[in-house]
Amino acid sequence: MTRVMFDSVARLQTRSAVYPIDYKRRSLLILLTAAALLMMLIMAGWLTNPDALSVQLDQRNLPPSFQHLFGTDWLGRDMFVRVMKGLLLSIQTGLAGAVCSAMIAAVLGIASALFGRQADRIITWLTDLFLSVPHLVALILVAFVCGGGMKGIVIGIALTHWPALARLIRAEAMQLMAAQYVQVSRRLGRSLFWIARRHMLPHLLPQLTVGLILLFPHAILHEAAVTFIGLGLPPHQPAIGIILSESMRYLSSGMWWLAVLPGAALLAAVRAFDVIGSHTKRLLDSQQYERL
Amino acid sequence: MPGWLKFAFGKSVRLAALLAAVSIITFVLISFSPVDPVRAYIGADMMTVGAEQRLDIAVYWGLDQPPLERFLKWVSSMIQGDFGSSMIYREPVAGVIAERFWYSLSLMAAAWLLSGLIGFAAGSAAAMNRGGWLDRVIQWVCYTIASTPSFWIGMLLLMVFAVWLGWLPAGLGVPAGVAAEQVTIADRIRHMVLPAAALSIAGISAVALHTRQKLIDILDSDFVLYARAKGERGWQLYRNHGLRNIALPAMTLQLASFSELFGGAVLAEQVFTYPGLGHATVEAGLRGDVPLLMGLVLFSTLFVFTGNTAADVLYRLVDPRIRGHENDSRNV
Repeated sequence: MTRVMFDSVARLQTRSAVYPIDYKRRSLLILLTAAALLMMLIMAGWLTNPDALSVQLDQRNLPPSFQHLFGTDWLGRDMFVRVMKGLLLSIQTGLAGAVCSAMIAAVLGIASALFGRQADRIITWLTDLFLSVPHLVALILVAFVCGGGMKGIVIGIALTHWPALARLIRAEAMQLMAAQYVQVSRRLGRSLFWIARRHMLPHLLPQLTVGLILLFPHAILHEAAVTFIGLGLPPHQPAIGIILSESMRYLSSGMWWLAVLPGAALLAAVRAFDVIGSHTKRLLDSQQYERL
Repeated sequence: MPGWLKFAFGKSVRLAALLAAVSIITFVLISFSPVDPVRAYIGADMMTVGAEQRLDIAVYWGLDQPPLERFLKWVSSMIQGDFGSSMIYREPVAGVIAERFWYSLSLMAAAWLLSGLIGFAAGSAAAMNRGGWLDRVIQWVCYTIASTPSFWIGMLLLMVFAVWLGWLPAGLGVPAGVAAEQVTIADRIRHMVLPAAALSIAGISAVALHTRQKLIDILDSDFVLYARAKGERGWQLYRNHGLRNIALPAMTLQLASFSELFGGAVLAEQVFTYPGLGHATVEAGLRGDVPLLMGLVLFSTLFVFTGNTAADVLYRLVDPRIRGHENDSRNV
């Protein structure tokens, strides 16, 4: 009995003693590895030779080999190049959408705290409203309304992904608004805009950055989903979702590499963003983890 | 009970406002769309249809009237239960949604239960073995699933179980070429297994990670320390002190995830060409079936709202503290 208790206490002690020193270095290492992987994927999309996308009918349906890392498709196009280009396109689209979304979240979250109770009510209601339609349905609607294309996806992602981050920013901004130095600043006659720019933004920047990075994975996954459905980019712009939806037709023919490898590449990219986001968060609010 | 009445009334007002806002936004969005509904309706036959016929079609669907009038007409007929008729299915929208809802409902219910149970068990197991290899494996799997496109999971399942092993049918809701009366329940279930599996895998990670975190918080509490000191451990400790405390948050989270469930169903149904609501949503979006798309947007909103309300009701039932703080609970 005493041993159990001793164990628990000892565990608490070791955690608080060892963890803080170790986790920072570990987080940084993981973060850098993920960033390097991501950079490699992006560079691969940038630098690969688009000539490999030309149709070569004598090289059709080849399984993966050293010459064609991801094999070739039914037209003899090199799948590795297609996937890397598609991934780059998906990352760019997701990035644009996520950045717009984070900006909406920042503006609404700060406005919620700045402009008093009535504004806060309206914004909270708006947040709930946007959370109440399933993301994918809203994305389909917006993509349809925009008549397809990159624009529709970016707008769709921007419009659907902000509520969660906006709530976070709002809670944080509310606390700042109640802080004494902000109160003093108001009494000194500073305008609300000044307070937002000088007091709120610098404080909220870490949360915004982390929130933005953690938005990427969702944005990219949703981009892939919309293009997979066929509502997004036209077929000659091979986003990763289009590559996957095309491979659906060849599933029954045993050409596994057409579906497995592009999906795995997408998974790796999304996971890398996720790891970067969560470890940045860990490094930025180290205080919270030091208490662990 | 007045508290309940107030709650129900508040919820109804909220729902009415929500549906009104969603329908206005949807309508405005669609009326600004560059997509010409007549053109979308005609589709590939564009060359063979003359200008007069096009005008006839526009008049038939009421497209020649100004937007505000169309909106008022749409709303007034909607209140009477008429959602218009779907352009691609040539049926009333309400009928299309109702028929397909049963397919989707069984699929989503199965996936919802399965992902909830598996996620709960996995999260509990991880927390009880915190820091151990099981915990690490479960966490790793959960984070990986969370970054995996759910339609890709469906494609992998399709490849392994339908193409490679040939155990299960590759798509559709019922066997092809069989008369509707001869389709058995077993057939329907066999067709549902793979989409349901894909959908439940996608839903596991949120519940599992959430449950793990909650249970860890509880295991760190003083009363668990005391229970440990009394000699409780393992399953007994979990049953007496963990289970009760984490069951409710997990249920609530699962109920509040109806939005992701619906989105996942859209993709799973698309991969397996399963004739549910998600498939109809995609078709409506791709082929420009505006009445059906608007009906589906409203229906999915109602669906998500039902989940959230159920979560609220559950909390009120179980936790009496919430009932007294109805007004300030939202302003935290």
